[in-house]
Amino acid sequence: MYRYDEFDHQFVSERTAQFRDQANRRMSGELTEDEFRPLRLMNGLYLQLHAYMLRVAIPYGTLSGKQMRQLAYIADKYDRGYGHFTTRQNIQYNWIKLEETADILQALADVEMHAIQTSGNCIRNVTTDHWAGAAADELLDPRPIGELIRQWSSLHPEFSFLPRKFKFAITGAPHDRAAVKVHDIGLRAHKNDKGETGWEVMVGGGQGRTPMIAVTVREFLPEKEVIPYMEAIMRVYNLFGRRDNKYKARIKILMHELGAEKFKAEVEAEYARHPVQTTEVEQRELTRIEKYFAQPSFEKMSRFAPHFENAKRENVDFTRWAKNNLATHQVDGYTIVNISLKPEGGIPGDASGEQMRVMATLAERYSFDEMRVSHAQNIVLPHVKLEDTFAIWQVLKANDLAAANYGLIGDIIACPGLDYCALATARSIPIAQAISRKFADVKKQEEYGPVKLNISGCINACGHHHVGHIGILGLDKKGEEFYQITLGGSSSENASIGTILGPGFAAHEVPDAIETILNTYVKLREPGEEFLGAYRRLGPKPFKEALYATA
Amino acid sequence: MPLLKNNQFVNDEWTRVADADALPEGAKIIVNSARLIQDWDLLAKYTGLLGVSIANNERAEILTPYLSQLSLIVLNFPAYTDGRAYSQAKDLRLDGYRGELRAEGNLLLDQFQFMHQVGFDSFAVNERFALQQWQAASKQMSLAYQRGLFRISGEREVWSQRHQGFAPWEEQPHAG
Repeated sequence: MYRYDEFDHQFVSERTAQFRDQANRRMSGELTEDEFRPLRLMNGLYLQLHAYMLRVAIPYGTLSGKQMRQLAYIADKYDRGYGHFTTRQNIQYNWIKLEETADILQALADVEMHAIQTSGNCIRNVTTDHWAGAAADELLDPRPIGELIRQWSSLHPEFSFLPRKFKFAITGAPHDRAAVKVHDIGLRAHKNDKGETGWEVMVGGGQGRTPMIAVTVREFLPEKEVIPYMEAIMRVYNLFGRRDNKYKARIKILMHELGAEKFKAEVEAEYARHPVQTTEVEQRELTRIEKYFAQPSFEKMSRFAPHFENAKRENVDFTRWAKNNLATHQVDGYTIVNISLKPEGGIPGDASGEQMRVMATLAERYSFDEMRVSHAQNIVLPHVKLEDTFAIWQVLKANDLAAANYGLIGDIIACPGLDYCALATARSIPIAQAISRKFADVKKQEEYGPVKLNISGCINACGHHHVGHIGILGLDKKGEEFYQITLGGSSSENASIGTILGPGFAAHEVPDAIETILNTYVKLREPGEEFLGAYRRLGPKPFKEALYATA
Repeated sequence: MPLLKNNQFVNDEWTRVADADALPEGAKIIVNSARLIQDWDLLAKYTGLLGVSIANNERAEILTPYLSQLSLIVLNFPAYTDGRAYSQAKDLRLDGYRGELRAEGNLLLDQFQFMHQVGFDSFAVNERFALQQWQAASKQMSLAYQRGLFRISGEREVWSQRHQGFAPWEEQPHAG
């Protein structure tokens, strides 16, 4: 994985010193809260309902054991002993004091991490496929270009005061696990006949109040042109994106109002206006970065793992976990371990300091010292020998990390909601917990097959409800929380926005409503047909009828 | 309102001329873009130095035909969170404009270095901050990852440093 050199180190420490000065000026009253706000936001510090919240960047979700230990240390020392992994592959701390923030940033800098641009109207943390470098279907590792974009976008003088926040997602695999079509810019790798790499550039996807699927503006952008071409897109957005209404300020609205053809023409005109003299340095930098992401030294092993097979014969719980939480690796004898942060009745994405240390140790011992945070708020050990999985599972089980529900109905994405968030209109966490308890039995979850259930506590859609196979949106009606259900969303390569089924439900009715939907699916599915496929074939009608029949 | 140039306060020798007003002879004048374009036949023969001010929702390209005869371009930050003028500045510098590029409006210390980096070289600042605060703010960071910066605060470009032997993206002389 990427390691800082002297420049990266110096950059982050200067930035930390700068923030310490800004925080001091705020505390002395020299800066007003209004003036401090964009500065603290550029450093990931939010003022929430009860306290400051600090969001730490985990670039493309990749992290080492040492880094995870430091996150645990921060959770224990500066927060209440836990952290919350987010849908942007980041971690958030919810109980932070302003006067301690600079110390936390220093602790992060010590392990090559920062909180730069995790909020504010700038280019946010770049996300990628959480199985990057490990997935069997991968064309190439998307992280080197992710790191190139991370560096280029860090304190970019021209693009730090955009109309609104800006998110990149990148995938190197045809099966899209990074939700690239619902990002401001999504990049997907392709190879041409000559074996050269190019990137499909998709612009204007997004969720929030106005969910949209991104439009492809370039089918095959040569790799060396990525940075200058991104500059052209960003410049067009910075100049012409709306600033009169923050709900209409994302690039998707500009794309929509101009129309895809006009937007493309603007970008191409901007790109042609200032031809780049050389991209030699960018290419060299990418080559330098790629070396850090070279495959680890995998052992040559047989596909058959006798200990693993034995353990499965002897332990039915392990078998279930192995079936649901392991994924196919590029290399024979290895597997991808998905650690679900969704225990029965738990808060999706939360991990205690102790759990973080446990995962760090497992990564150091069994996964070439590497972990990933997934946008579904789970942790991945990307390179594990099949033969080691039973030992890993035992440790996970002892630490409440062995939920066998990866990709099933219990693997819920949820935003922090009204329990923490100043924007929320309803609580998300208790709904997630109630559904998780309702479907506690993993056998039952398996009967329903792969289902993505996503919960947002307001229309800003941080819980990705628009692209959940089942989406739940928490709203407020005259002081009462109620929940709208959408079906048929997807964030994969066949991305789609879910359709609202009908009137909303009170909090206590939601778990039963979900069960009704799932049972309707089970009744009507064809052999082998997954939930999303069945919904796309059947449409909303049978689900509506089942849900509202007695209403 | 003090004018900051080369990290010093200097006198502002430029006069803003309203649309209907007559042009003073041999002065340094600023007109808005509409008048520049409309009265170009007259202004092209102006005896003094010519400056123009454009709003941040105008395209910088409208100035392209006039760049070689302009000595000052003024760009506006109606709010410090409104970053359009950063792109206008960058556009003008990429178009080859080498005259004075002035930022005015709501300018704060913490955006000062960004403004230098995209090519601004004079600043109509308010009186709230002392000179040494501006001077310090102009070099808070000694490194930048981006290439092709309008280098004036002396920061180093990380990628160019790592891969020496390649010319910087663009050779840009200091202006002003």
